[in-house]
Amino acid sequence: MSISRDKIEQVAWLARIQLEDSEKEALEGKLSDILGMVDQLQAADTDGITPMAHPLDATQRLRPDEVTETNKRERFQAVAPETQDGLYLVPRVVE
Amino acid sequence: MHTSTLSELAQALEAGETTSEALTRETLERIQAHDGRYNSFITVAEERALEQARAADQARADGRAGPLTGIPFAHKDIFCTEDLRTTCGSRMLENFAPPYNATVAQKLDDAGAVCVGKANMDEFAMGSSNETSYFGPVTNPWGDGLVPGGSSGGSAAAVAARLVPAATATDTGGSIRQPAALCGLTGLKPTYGRISRYGIIAFASSLDQAGTLTRDARDAALMLNTMAGFDPRDSTSLDREVPDYSASLENDLSGLRIGLPKEYFSDDLSPEMAEQVRNAVREYEKLGATVKEISLPHSHLAVAAYYVIAPAEASANLSRFDGVRYGHRCENPQDLNDLYLRSRSEGFGEEVKRRILVGTYALSAGFFDAYYLKAQKVRRLIQQDFTDAFSEVDLIMGPTSPSPAFAQGDKTDDPITMYLEDIFTIASNLAGLPAMSIPGGMVNNLPVGLQIIGNYFDEARMLNAAHRFQKVTDWHEKVAPNSV
Repeated sequence: MSISRDKIEQVAWLARIQLEDSEKEALEGKLSDILGMVDQLQAADTDGITPMAHPLDATQRLRPDEVTETNKRERFQAVAPETQDGLYLVPRVVE
Repeated sequence: MHTSTLSELAQALEAGETTSEALTRETLERIQAHDGRYNSFITVAEERALEQARAADQARADGRAGPLTGIPFAHKDIFCTEDLRTTCGSRMLENFAPPYNATVAQKLDDAGAVCVGKANMDEFAMGSSNETSYFGPVTNPWGDGLVPGGSSGGSAAAVAARLVPAATATDTGGSIRQPAALCGLTGLKPTYGRISRYGIIAFASSLDQAGTLTRDARDAALMLNTMAGFDPRDSTSLDREVPDYSASLENDLSGLRIGLPKEYFSDDLSPEMAEQVRNAVREYEKLGATVKEISLPHSHLAVAAYYVIAPAEASANLSRFDGVRYGHRCENPQDLNDLYLRSRSEGFGEEVKRRILVGTYALSAGFFDAYYLKAQKVRRLIQQDFTDAFSEVDLIMGPTSPSPAFAQGDKTDDPITMYLEDIFTIASNLAGLPAMSIPGGMVNNLPVGLQIIGNYFDEARMLNAAHRFQKVTDWHEKVAPNSV
């Protein structure tokens, strides 16, 4: 199956990826090839088959509701691009 | 000392023939002098390594040494190492020094192993040739201009070049086994959940598993003894006892039942490769094993299922790179969307963007059932093939990769051709089974990998089979012509 330029632009926006026009052109062919390859799946008979999420069908464990991690805000914010007063800074979103 | 295996170095340290500081200095000097040829390291941790080495020597003097104490090794640059730059091969994390250790890194630290640096890799582990790294391609010590495989190409090249005796690695669709095959090494991907994924930068969470690249199975067993085990910090980690993988290496192979999937010897494999693999399997018959043909009828769907599941999970995992909390941030963002768009577009390379787009498409409204859910159902069929096979055989063997090491640039223009590099390795990730690659022959003077797939948590049997093979063959002792 092939993927249109419009669809590529829509998906790129959803993924917050900015594409140059030249990139979009190359992607039309390559993404269509990849989606064509994965379309082999449609021929498989999967009626009544349960989707597999974990190879050993493990489920989420529960633990007692106790504090186990200490506050490391300063340590974590030391690797952030921009912080102030313990907060992460981004461009103004509310005027 | 650089010709020694990890086990031999451990013995030399134990016997007092050398010290960790001496070994570590020698290792750092070799990396400094020779890695320009391979580009197998992104970061070399000189001072940190020497500190660890001195601590290891002290631990030995105090009688607190274990088998890995004082051994220099490399981490694939996907394992978070506290205060030591961890890039995942990406511009996105070019300046990222993690505030914590991955569980695997902590366990190896605690065992006294000495991390000399972080090995090059395909960006975010997406690639099969180590050509997608932001820090440049890695060259295979088996020939200038040849790829080492990927995504753990730096780890494999560093061991094959004899810069380090062992390296950690990760395998989502073949990223340990295919480089092991192309570089003539022993590569082990354990059962999904056997080794903690905590602190390993996530690619496809339902497939990712950490493992090892070493010169032989004996060394892999030593590494796995330390790396394996339940971790409450990884919600998919499995709580099973860790056996002593070194203890069963010498077990007799009489009566071992080996299955050869007929689908792995199809037109995808050249006759020369098939012959080498069949010759290797014949050695097992001499060792007392019985061999029969089996069928894994859904094998042809593995690559298709993988290229839905892996990109879908990657698109979700990589959404965390938003230019806000860590990683690359664009200059002068105009607004929040501009910050996201430019930080991500500048920070990610071409292959990573491609997979994020495929994954986002597969998960988008109206397509989820047709792609992700369908792929998860096919995944169950692939697993069932293996369950049926393991009712008749103990181990499955076949080729690791369709061809030996190929030339840089050969497959970069066509993603599908590159994806087919993993045609024989992907199925065990989808099923969550342990699998390894060991040197099993040569074609055109290049190593050929023999793949061994085991049942869940059967790593001990796989390592036993690999070790017994290595006692009667010398493929694993062949030295790359461009090694140090």
